[in-house]
Amino acid sequence: MTDGAPTLQVDNLETHFFTKDGVAKAVDGVSFTVNRGEIMGLVGESGSGKSVTGFSILGLVDPPGRVVGGRVLFQGTDLLTLDPEGLRQLRGNRIAMIFQDPMMTLNPVLRVDTQMIETVRAHDSSVSADDARARARDALGQVGIPSPDERLKAYPHQFSGGMRQRVAIAIALLNKPDLIIADEPTTALDVTIQGQILYEAQKLCRETGTALIWITHDLAVIAGLADQISVMYAGRIVEQGMLDEVLDRPAHPYTQGLLGSVPGHNTRGKRLYQIPGMTPSLLNLPKGCAFKERCPHVDLACEAAPEITHPLPGRAVRCVHPQLNAGGRAS
Amino acid sequence: MTVFIIRRLMQSLAVVLVMSFIVFGGVNIVGDPVEMMVSDEATQEEREKVIRSMGLDKPWYVQYGRFVAGALEGNLGKSFVYGEPALEIIIHRIPATFELALAALLLAIVIGIPLGVYAGLKPDTVASKSIMAGSILGFSLPTFWVGLMFIMVFAVILGWLPSTGRGDTVPLLGIDVSFLTLDGLAHLFLPALNLALFKISLVIRLARAGTREVVHQDYIKFARAKGLTNSRVVLVHLMKNIMIPVVTVLGLEFGGLIAFSVVTESVFAWPGMGKLIIDSIQSLDRPVIVAYLMIIVLIFVIINLVVDVLYSILDPRVRLSEMKS
Repeated sequence: MTDGAPTLQVDNLETHFFTKDGVAKAVDGVSFTVNRGEIMGLVGESGSGKSVTGFSILGLVDPPGRVVGGRVLFQGTDLLTLDPEGLRQLRGNRIAMIFQDPMMTLNPVLRVDTQMIETVRAHDSSVSADDARARARDALGQVGIPSPDERLKAYPHQFSGGMRQRVAIAIALLNKPDLIIADEPTTALDVTIQGQILYEAQKLCRETGTALIWITHDLAVIAGLADQISVMYAGRIVEQGMLDEVLDRPAHPYTQGLLGSVPGHNTRGKRLYQIPGMTPSLLNLPKGCAFKERCPHVDLACEAAPEITHPLPGRAVRCVHPQLNAGGRAS
Repeated sequence: MTVFIIRRLMQSLAVVLVMSFIVFGGVNIVGDPVEMMVSDEATQEEREKVIRSMGLDKPWYVQYGRFVAGALEGNLGKSFVYGEPALEIIIHRIPATFELALAALLLAIVIGIPLGVYAGLKPDTVASKSIMAGSILGFSLPTFWVGLMFIMVFAVILGWLPSTGRGDTVPLLGIDVSFLTLDGLAHLFLPALNLALFKISLVIRLARAGTREVVHQDYIKFARAKGLTNSRVVLVHLMKNIMIPVVTVLGLEFGGLIAFSVVTESVFAWPGMGKLIIDSIQSLDRPVIVAYLMIIVLIFVIINLVVDVLYSILDPRVRLSEMKS
C-alpha cells in the first residue's frame, strides 16, 4: 500500500441509469475520502443513491445503470479505468462488500464451505483446499459462530438471519480486505444482533486498519459507529463532516430534518416530526436545489443549484442557507 | 435419505398395483378379443373352447388374480397375434426406443441449456432473439412434418444421412445398440433430433426463464462481489439454481419421450415399441397392450423416483424437509 494515499478517494462519481423514461442520475457528483482504519457512515433515504454509490465503487452496477464520470481511487489506483479482470482480482480480496438482506446473499444450493473456499481460491489458487477451509473456519470463529467446523458443512437455510449475516461478514473478512463496503447490513436483523455486529465491525477496523463504508438509513446505527458521516439526498452529498460535529450542529436543513425525525426522550407525548413531502423522483428533479420543495428555509436563491461550501471547519454543505445556529440530535 | 427412498419405493409399489387394476379393467372394457381370435364360421362349441382356454369364462376377479399372479412371475400372457409371450416381444423392442429417447434427451440438454442460459444472460442480442424465435418454431411445428422435412433435406436432397431403420448394431451388455457404430450413429441422428426438437425448445425456455430470474438475485451479485470469475458464477452459482426446474421437467418428459415416440418411430421406421403398440391396439392384442402399459407405468414410476432423488441432490432444502417428514 502506498503510504499517505487514502484507502479510498471518490471524486465526482456519476452513475446514471438510462431508462425508457429518461436518464436517472442516481449518483450525481459524489466525492468523499476514507482513510485507513476509518469508518464512514453514508446516510440517506431509500433511493438517495447510497447503495448505487457502493456498487459503483466495485463496478457492480447492473444495466441500464452505468458509471459515466468521476474517479474512484483505491490506494492510488483508479478503479474506473481498471480492466474487468483487474477489478475482479480486487473484489472480495482487497475490497469486500456486505449486502443488506442476509436471507438472499448466500447461494441456497451451495454449502457454506463451498462458498467460503471459492472466495479464497478465486484470488490465490495456490492455497490448498485444506488451508482455505482452515481460513474459512477461523473467519467463522472470528464473527462469533459457535462450532465453526460443523457449521461449515451446513447449507444457508440451516442458519438464522443473524447467523447468515455473520457468515456473509466472515466471507468479506476472508481475504483480510483493506476496505469493506457494508450496504445496510443490519437492517434486516433484530436490535440485539445488530448491536453485536456493530461492535464487531468497529473492533475489526480499529484492530486491522480496515476502512469501512457503512451505508444506512438509520442514524442511530451510525451514531455509535462512524468517524465521519456523509448525508446523501437525490444522488448528491448534501452534508459531510466529522460524526459528532454533524450530529450536534447539522448545517443542512435536510440533515436537520433527519435528526429531528429521530424520536428522543423529550418528545414523549408530542407529535413526532417528519420532513414534509416525499423524496423527488430522480427522473424529475426540481430545478436548483433538489430539497427546496421540502425545505423550511426555501427562497429565490434556491432556484440555482447550490454548490458545496464550507461554513464550518471540516464541514462541507451543499446549501445556500446553511443553518449554523440550529440544535442537533434530540437528547 | 435411505428412509426417504424406501418410503418412495413403497409408494411406487402402490401406484403400480393400482395401475395394474385400472389397465386390466380398462382393456377388458375396450373390446372382446374373442371376436378377433375366432373365425366367423366357428361353432358355438369352438367359441366356448377358445373362451375357456383363455380363461375368459371365469369371473373378473379370478381373471385379475391370475393376471397379477402371472405378472409377479414375469408372465403377462401370450400375444394373440404373434403367439409369443407379450413381455418378450416388448422387451425385445425396448432397447431401440430407449436408445432413441436417451439420445433425444441428451440433445435436449446439450443444445437446450447452453442456448437458454445464453439467451437469459444476454436477452437483448440478436442471437438471443433468434434463439427464442427458433424455440417457438420448435414448439409449434408438428413432429411428423419436421421428420418428413428432415428426410427430405438430409436424406433425399443432400443424401448425407440415412432415413430408415437402426443401421448396424453391436451388442453392449447383451443389448443391441446403434450408437457405438458409425452407421448406427448416422441412423440415430435424424430421428433423435426430430424427437428432441420439442424438448430442446422446452429446455431453452426453462433455462432462459430460470436464468433471467436467478441472475438478478442478490447471491449472484454477492458471488461477483466476492471476486469469482464469470465462468464460476455462471457455471456453478447460476447453473445449479436453474437446474432444479430443468431436471424436474426433463425427468417427467423423459417418460413422455418413451411413451410417445410413436410418431418419430413411424416416420423413420425405427423398430421400437411405439410402432408395436399402435399395431397391437388395432388388432386388440390384449396381452401386448397390457404388458406395454404396465411397462410404461413402471418406467414412469422409476423416472419419478430418480427425479426425486436428483432433486434432493440439487436442492438441499428439499433433502432436509423430506427427511424430517
